[in-house]
Amino acid sequence: MPNFARTLLITLILTASGAPFARAEMPGDPAAVSQDDGKYADKDGNPTYKVGPDGKVDFYSYTGFVRYSANCLQCHGPDGLGSTYAPSLVDAFKSLTYNEVVGIVAGGKKDVSAAQDLVMPSLGENKNVMCYIDAIYIYLRARSTDAIGRGRPADHEPKPPGYSDAENSCMG
Amino acid sequence: MKQSFRYGMLVTAALVSSIALAPDVFAQDAAGKDWPTPAGSVNGQRYSTLNQINAQNAGKLQVAWTFSTGVLRGHEGQPLVVGDTMFLDTPFPNTVFALDLAHDGKILWKYEPKQDPNVIPVMCCDTVNRGVAYGDGKIFLHQADTTLVALDAKTGKVAWSVKTADSSKGATGTDAPLVVKDKVYVGVSGGEFGVRGWFAAYNVADGKEVWRGYSMGPDSDTLIVPGKTTDLGKAVAADSSVTSWQGDQWKIGGGATWGWKSYDPKTNLIFYGSGNPSTWNPSQRPGDNKYSMTIWARDADTGAVKWLYQMTPHDQWDYDGVNEMVLTDQKIDGQDRRLLVHFDRNGFGYTLDRDTGALLVAQKFDPAVNWATKIDLDPKSPTYGRPELDEKYAPGHNGQDVNSTNICPAALGSKDEQPSAFSPQTGLFYVPTNHVCMDYEPFRVSYTAGQPYVGATLAMYPPKGDTNMGNFIAWDATKGKIVWSDPEQFSAWGGALATAGDVVFYGTLEGYLKAVDAKTGKLLYKFKTPSGIIGNVMTYEHDGRQFVAVLSGVGGWAGIGLAAGLTDPHAGLGAVGGYAALNQYTSLGGALTVFALPQN
Repeated sequence: MPNFARTLLITLILTASGAPFARAEMPGDPAAVSQDDGKYADKDGNPTYKVGPDGKVDFYSYTGFVRYSANCLQCHGPDGLGSTYAPSLVDAFKSLTYNEVVGIVAGGKKDVSAAQDLVMPSLGENKNVMCYIDAIYIYLRARSTDAIGRGRPADHEPKPPGYSDAENSCMG
Repeated sequence: MKQSFRYGMLVTAALVSSIALAPDVFAQDAAGKDWPTPAGSVNGQRYSTLNQINAQNAGKLQVAWTFSTGVLRGHEGQPLVVGDTMFLDTPFPNTVFALDLAHDGKILWKYEPKQDPNVIPVMCCDTVNRGVAYGDGKIFLHQADTTLVALDAKTGKVAWSVKTADSSKGATGTDAPLVVKDKVYVGVSGGEFGVRGWFAAYNVADGKEVWRGYSMGPDSDTLIVPGKTTDLGKAVAADSSVTSWQGDQWKIGGGATWGWKSYDPKTNLIFYGSGNPSTWNPSQRPGDNKYSMTIWARDADTGAVKWLYQMTPHDQWDYDGVNEMVLTDQKIDGQDRRLLVHFDRNGFGYTLDRDTGALLVAQKFDPAVNWATKIDLDPKSPTYGRPELDEKYAPGHNGQDVNSTNICPAALGSKDEQPSAFSPQTGLFYVPTNHVCMDYEPFRVSYTAGQPYVGATLAMYPPKGDTNMGNFIAWDATKGKIVWSDPEQFSAWGGALATAGDVVFYGTLEGYLKAVDAKTGKLLYKFKTPSGIIGNVMTYEHDGRQFVAVLSGVGGWAGIGLAAGLTDPHAGLGAVGGYAALNQYTSLGGALTVFALPQN
């Protein structure tokens, strides 16, 4: 699972640097410039979304919506909009990079004070999340720029040919 | 029983010699000057005999005093009052306060446990706690990290503490314990983490576990007695739970037990409900998944199951069966009956004979309910007691990766944990309800201990054509009929209180404490408290004056949609009104507000 190893590495780097306020990087231009088996990438090679003129979304954005709603909505609210106990990801993704997102999801996050107990669990070993981390990232990236609105995307590109095999091998 | 009674007398004698506690709090039918158990009395009625506040003067209510809990998360639960002391607790970190009612709510003591914050994210749907229990001179708290702690009611000092489960595996404590005689009863949360639910009794004196009955597993675990335990009048076969699952899936089968408990002193039975089976993807767990979604009647001393009834076999909607079991004595068809009434998440109001478990009434308490057309009430039918499903609204029937739409109610149920109240005076139940539907798409999910184990995506919205997301209703449980219904813009998520003054109280998500006429539902009084109300209203008397108290603090399941509001996938652009976000009406904050009539 190279993706998991990479995640761990990123987590370690983030923890070691200990500079949560450093915001040198930004997510950058989300425009899709390349495509590999239905998954789009931006100019920096980071996963991104593609929404057609008819509103049809890429398959990863659609899967991201489904998986977000099963695994993240309980805290972060419907459509990434936040809840009484977890922040809006529509806002957070405006300034988080792909690597930062993966690091937080895998390693968790804590902000505990007398009045607020914000704790995100470490999801690095949760296949229901990590096998779909790129899809969830792509969906929320699209939500943060309003490229995809609230609710279930009405239409999406077909499932890419290699998708099911990759999914099965990750889920085990 | 004797011990706690003795302490009660002692405190009463010492502090307020003029007020005597009722001889046996466990046999009391209603709350009076005190509110000694989470529901006021062990029958779960949330009814008080106090009548100083009545339908004529309730409009003159005023705020008497307030208290900030210092915690911002969702405040489910309610204070207790015993003699001159009010006890209340907060969401994580589960601070407990003892307030001196004789001195303007001065803090007598405060207990704040040190808990690993890693328990926070394994608490599905906010870090709530539904209240403390009192007995044997102690206050009992089931902490988030599943520590059951007994505090000296006079000093707040820890008398004993035990761990009831393993929070690193997703088990958490959110329920209000119930004390009966020499035991304290607790259940567990974690249905969304593949926890196998259980219900347990501990000695109030020393915290020793007396018995523990699991929601699923072999009879030795569930304490079902094959051949003796009955299910709708029929004796159950050996290992009836295990045989209703594929393989050993029952080991992570859910059936959490975080709801309210009630007790009948005449039969010595303790009643509660078990929740949804894990996962939310029904295709992954064929079978009836017994005994998730079940009403349980156990012997309070041994845990042996007298009877049980599974309301929603093979759940496909997350219709947890944990809601309160209210014990009433009412006439049906001219006959005196000893009843158990339960408003299930699945939208049906069930009335059973609480001694035998016979099913008497099962009707929809929200007309929008569509997942089942009816419950089969014919004892001769092979499907007796089972819901008659509408396959259109059965995600398990429609299959994995298929989005089933317009299912009513939504996963949060036609009613969630917010408890109802019963008035023996009107013979009616007062029920805060949700009026919300959903789309539900199940899919394959993998189990990792201590990680969410959900397996479905859902979207929620009000029923087609409606803009209100809740109703506060009066219900006749002997007939299964709505008597009156007050629409609420948001789900009615605060627990109800019925009083002998024929005034019924409840709180709303916007933060209103409302008083309505018990007979008609007419609004008599409302006041907007500091935050949305998901707590339960209670009442007590002090110095000859009746007070009504409620905790504010929006959150819980209801808080998920707070920032966002619900969308209506069918309305298109421009939908407003009922679909508005709750955060336009209220914000976070934990506070107690206490009401009374003005003094002359």
